[in-house]
Amino acid sequence: MSRAATSEVGSGFRTLLYKELLRFWKVSAQTVTAPVLTAVLYLLIFSHALQGRVEVYPGINYTAFLIPGLVMMSVLQNAFANSSSSLIQSKITGNLVFVLLPPISHIEFFGAYVIAAVVRGLAVGLGVLLVTLLFTVPPVVAPLWGLAFAVLGSGLMGAVGLFAGIWAEKFDHIAAFQNFFILPATFLSGVFYSIHSLPPTWQVISRFNPFFYMIDGFRYGFFGVSDVSPWVSLAVVGGSFVALSLAIVELLKRGYKLRH
Amino acid sequence: MKYAIEATAVQKRFGSLQALGGVDLAVEEGEFFGLLGPNGAGKTTLISIIAGLTRADAGRVKVMGYDVVGDYRLARRNLGVVPQELVFDPFFTVRETLRIQSGYFGLRDNGAWIDEVMESLGLADKADVNTRALSGGMKRRVLVAQALVHKPPVIVLDEPTAGVDVELRQTLWQFIARLNRDGHTIVLTTHYLEEAESLCNRIAMLKGGKVVALDKTANLLKRHAGAFLHLKVKGELPAALAQGAPREAGGGYRFQLASYDDVESVLAPVRAAGLHIEELQVLTPDLEDVFVQVMSGAPAQERT
Ligand SMILES: Nc1ncnc2c1ncn2[C@@H]1O[C@H](COP(=O)(O)OP(=O)(O)OP(=O)(O)O)[C@@H](O)[C@H]1O
Ligand SMILES: [Mg+2]
Repeated sequence: MSRAATSEVGSGFRTLLYKELLRFWKVSAQTVTAPVLTAVLYLLIFSHALQGRVEVYPGINYTAFLIPGLVMMSVLQNAFANSSSSLIQSKITGNLVFVLLPPISHIEFFGAYVIAAVVRGLAVGLGVLLVTLLFTVPPVVAPLWGLAFAVLGSGLMGAVGLFAGIWAEKFDHIAAFQNFFILPATFLSGVFYSIHSLPPTWQVISRFNPFFYMIDGFRYGFFGVSDVSPWVSLAVVGGSFVALSLAIVELLKRGYKLRH
Repeated sequence: MKYAIEATAVQKRFGSLQALGGVDLAVEEGEFFGLLGPNGAGKTTLISIIAGLTRADAGRVKVMGYDVVGDYRLARRNLGVVPQELVFDPFFTVRETLRIQSGYFGLRDNGAWIDEVMESLGLADKADVNTRALSGGMKRRVLVAQALVHKPPVIVLDEPTAGVDVELRQTLWQFIARLNRDGHTIVLTTHYLEEAESLCNRIAMLKGGKVVALDKTANLLKRHAGAFLHLKVKGELPAALAQGAPREAGGGYRFQLASYDDVESVLAPVRAAGLHIEELQVLTPDLEDVFVQVMSGAPAQERT
């Protein structure tokens, strides 16, 4: 009896995850190839403009410095895009009922959307990394740190996207979220520079930006050098993820905006 | 007694609008139950609350004895809902859609039943077509199939025949009637009252978020004041008789009878006047007559 129940618990989650993965995989030209291309364009433009003029970390050329930041930026933006766009699309077309009618628990619902976002984020990140290797090969000093931040960061952004999707009532709301929050926060997080090169006020402000810790921690995985200790970054990113996850599961339990 | 659906004092507001004002309703297992009412009566709102898509402000609802909020997983496992809105997921084919829906309910090897449902609903040759490319009626069939993948003991259909051709209506009702015979409880909303009359053994009528009639279909039909007598005579009816009976297009009159005994009170004066009867027909009221009477504000109390 209880064994049957357990296998059923897994099935709802597995199927929702499978559906979410299939959803972006079926349109992978849009969801994977396009963002890889965008990141490569950034690399070409910024490295062309700044190569040889800027040395952020001693002994590391600017293009190599740029690669981890661009990879992580792509990971984060695409994780956000996956859960937020999937949910808002289902809400607006009304087919979210297919997920709301079955006995899928709040945690399964949360887990499926966030894990699909992680997979999409990592797929795009890996694509960006592979293509940029054609330009220059950065050192990889602590790969496990890099992987930990990629997974945790995309989990966090998948959860942020899920929240945005729950809260939004139309595509405009998601676009606003993206333009006024995600985009500025990524650009001001140190993708293109080290915050030590910033004026002191901006350095302080950057410390309140969760993206800064995700990028900085991920970059530590490559160079073994970072603006703050990777442990601090890990605590900030992990703590944010846990806090946001708990909040979202609670919102799902209450039916906030999904079962009004 | 365990009910298939049990709603107790269910209330729901949308801003200043009272969509449901204290609905009490119990559907027994195995029933074919009709939920009728004009546009905006609150039928879909009630179904959404039963399905857990909407939360009631007050009151509670159980499906097969499981609370739809507290015991939501068991309640939903026992329920299949065909939503009123024609929704679909444009990423998937019909078969993928049904496989995925099965998986949500914990069914992994559901292929045989999926095939049977597709066959019964005339979807077999569309199995590998993307749902986006289906016509409206075909999309409706997919919605019905999706509600049935997990063989739910309780099936709720919110206007399943809106915009659907005669053929599907017949196939659909044959299939649903078979499920009902196999023991599934069916709850149906429709604006086609003859459909409800012939299918449902019991009917609730909703108006302005309140249940204004709830009875066996046969009792509802009987409850309507008597019957109608259609009469056409050669020449003119006596004025006293013609008064108060609406004249019909073909030149006949339509008398409302409190009971069959009243036939005599119409025919006696006709005989006395020596008139020749050209047409004579006693009509029993259909559900539409009852519906109109109930909705026009006739007392909602049940006659016992
Ligand atoms: N999400 C909502 N927000 C605001 N008002 C709503 C909402 N959903 C329903 N209503 C209102 O609640 C009332 C009941 O609506 P409901 O959809 O339950 O009616 P219905 O009986 O299903 O009608 P129909 O026969 O047209 O399908 C209507 O006045 C409707 O406008
Ligand atoms: Mg409705």
